[in-house]
Amino acid sequence: MQQDLEVERVTKRYGIQTAVDALSLSVAHGSFFSILGPSGCGKTTLLRIVAGFLVPDDGDVWIGGRSMRGVAPNRRPVNMVFQHLALFPMMTVGENVGYGLARRGAARAEIAGRVDAMLKRVGLPGAQDKRVDQLSGGQRQRVAIARSLVLEPALLLLDEPLGALDLKLREHMKIELKQLQADFGTTFVYITHDQSEALVLSDHVAVMNAGRFEQVGTPQELYYQPRTPFVAGFVGANNRVAGRAVRIDGDGVELATADGLAVRARMSGTIAAGDAVEAFVRPEVVHLAREAAELPSLAQRFSGRVESLLFDGANSAVLVREERTHAEIRIALPQTGRFADLEVREKVAFGFEPQRAVCFRAGSHGS
Amino acid sequence: MAAETAVGIAAPRARLALLLLLAPALVWLVGLIVLPHLELAVLSLRARVAPRVYELSLGQYRTFIDEPLYWHTFVRTAGISILATVCTLLIAFPAAWYIAKLARGRARSVLFVLCLIPFWVSETVRTLGWMILLRESGVLPRVLVDLGITPAPIEMLYHDATILAGLVYTSLLFMVVPLVSALESLDDSLIEAAYDLGGTGWSILRQIVVPHAAPGIAAGSIVVFMLTLGNYLTPTLLGGKNSLWFTEQIYTQFITRFNWEQGAAFGFLLLVLSTAIVWLGLKLTGQHFGDVMRRS
Ligand SMILES: Nc1ncnc2c1ncn2[C@@H]1O[C@H](COP(=O)(O)OP(=O)(O)OP(=O)(O)O)[C@@H](O)[C@H]1O
Ligand SMILES: [Mg+2]
Repeated sequence: MQQDLEVERVTKRYGIQTAVDALSLSVAHGSFFSILGPSGCGKTTLLRIVAGFLVPDDGDVWIGGRSMRGVAPNRRPVNMVFQHLALFPMMTVGENVGYGLARRGAARAEIAGRVDAMLKRVGLPGAQDKRVDQLSGGQRQRVAIARSLVLEPALLLLDEPLGALDLKLREHMKIELKQLQADFGTTFVYITHDQSEALVLSDHVAVMNAGRFEQVGTPQELYYQPRTPFVAGFVGANNRVAGRAVRIDGDGVELATADGLAVRARMSGTIAAGDAVEAFVRPEVVHLAREAAELPSLAQRFSGRVESLLFDGANSAVLVREERTHAEIRIALPQTGRFADLEVREKVAFGFEPQRAVCFRAGSHGS
Repeated sequence: MAAETAVGIAAPRARLALLLLLAPALVWLVGLIVLPHLELAVLSLRARVAPRVYELSLGQYRTFIDEPLYWHTFVRTAGISILATVCTLLIAFPAAWYIAKLARGRARSVLFVLCLIPFWVSETVRTLGWMILLRESGVLPRVLVDLGITPAPIEMLYHDATILAGLVYTSLLFMVVPLVSALESLDDSLIEAAYDLGGTGWSILRQIVVPHAAPGIAAGSIVVFMLTLGNYLTPTLLGGKNSLWFTEQIYTQFITRFNWEQGAAFGFLLLVLSTAIVWLGLKLTGQHFGDVMRRS
């Protein structure tokens, strides 16, 4: 399959700090690719290198099979949607969308026609003569995307474009963005620090940390088969248990925490007995019961008391403190309403399948 | 209903407070600006027919039209002032751009202070400094001779170009400050976005930067134009006898000739001129005075 974007061992340093560290990636034509990472991990730096606003200290960027070395941003077949959109306030919506076409020397009538068609496609028919400050947040978003897409770029770069919107609108725009991408078939490279945005929108996600990719994969792979402790901790909610491996048994590891809690989990990577390890258990993997006998037979079992109830509709959970070691664990509440009357301080039993928890050697990173 | 009455009672008191707050400004406005100008207008419209007997007359204004020297000076002053404003803008813009967009931290404050330094010495001393540099036996002509560029020292004072240079130098700060504040408020990502969408340096300057900075440009230009038009010292000292500056004519009428009526008429004409040119400038560039003053 043709690769629209290839980044080859790109490095960018600011003084002694390495913002992007020998990073490589490739994005297939027509796909929605997200880069997910915490604040300051170098996402914007990477995107600006692709757009041409920054020159990498090392490495090369290829777009549509062409090396971008020495190619200025205004000559690259990419467009960028800025974090704060950067719509031109001195122009009308129509002029904003037509700006790039006018710069290419398109005829006035052609510009008008294409702007009109583009505004219709993003759901703002006839908005040409509005001023930018007359638009709502979501409408501005659409104008910013229309302004880039009207140029039919090979690649659209989006730097946290939903960051400035409130939660409700963000949820809405998320869906709209995905539909737009499917409609246009343009390759999107999308930056975010919001894991739910990345998981919902993308065909592929790269999880970035301190200038490097920890793991690149489909949202499902990242969620169910994280390859590093960072990915396990960053993508989705997870309970983290740190300790030492005491016994290796095939692909199973038994670890003991400093407090003496023993946990079994599936091994990821290589671990030897005695290594410092971290295990991760997702809240929805843990079974909860009022009596130990109600738990499925294979599960390793613990008992504890309810520490607090975290009601959040379908995402409701409880924090339970393990009885002996006082370790805290987050457990998702099933939607059956079986635990609707659960109370703080109540005694509960919980457990999980060792196969559904994952264990890494502490501090291991992706390639 | 109750709330309405409360507001009804509070309103006159609030109005009184506002009036008291504004009083100093009003006194200043009326006492120092409106009254003298009314007096000036009255003065300019009377003619002395006998000792202590005056009558209404347009004689002073007729003299202005009939005497070519006067209106020649008038037009020339306006022309050079506009030219000086444009030159100041052209020189100040890159400087303001550098200060607002490129300089960081210390460099930025140092640059600002550099713009301010000329104002630490009085205008008279500053202008005399120019004279020391430029007169025939001054520093610059001698350097030119030493470098073999001119065979003999040349007189660099008393040229229009010298007046222009002096005026631009004096005005620079008043242009740089509003420009810096206008450019600072321009979001860098707008420029990057324009560049990303295929804009070139020149088109971005024309379509993004200048429209954004327009109120600042207008504010700076108005201030510089007014200061230049009303400047007395710089044109007189640097231009010498033939500077032909209109404020000099006003001075002559008031002080040398004791013809206050004529001087008043000239003063009034200058006021009309500056108002007309500022209005025209704003009209031509599509700016509104209120916007400009708010943004500067
Ligand atoms: N111009 C610069 N000079 C020096 N350091 C910089 C510069 N720009 C970025 N950095 C540093 O490089 C690192 C990566 O910055 P970058 O802006 O790429 O982060 P980011 O992942 O986009 O973060 P965020 O999610 O907060 O936007 C940061 O630690 C930042 O301090
Ligand atoms: Mg960023």
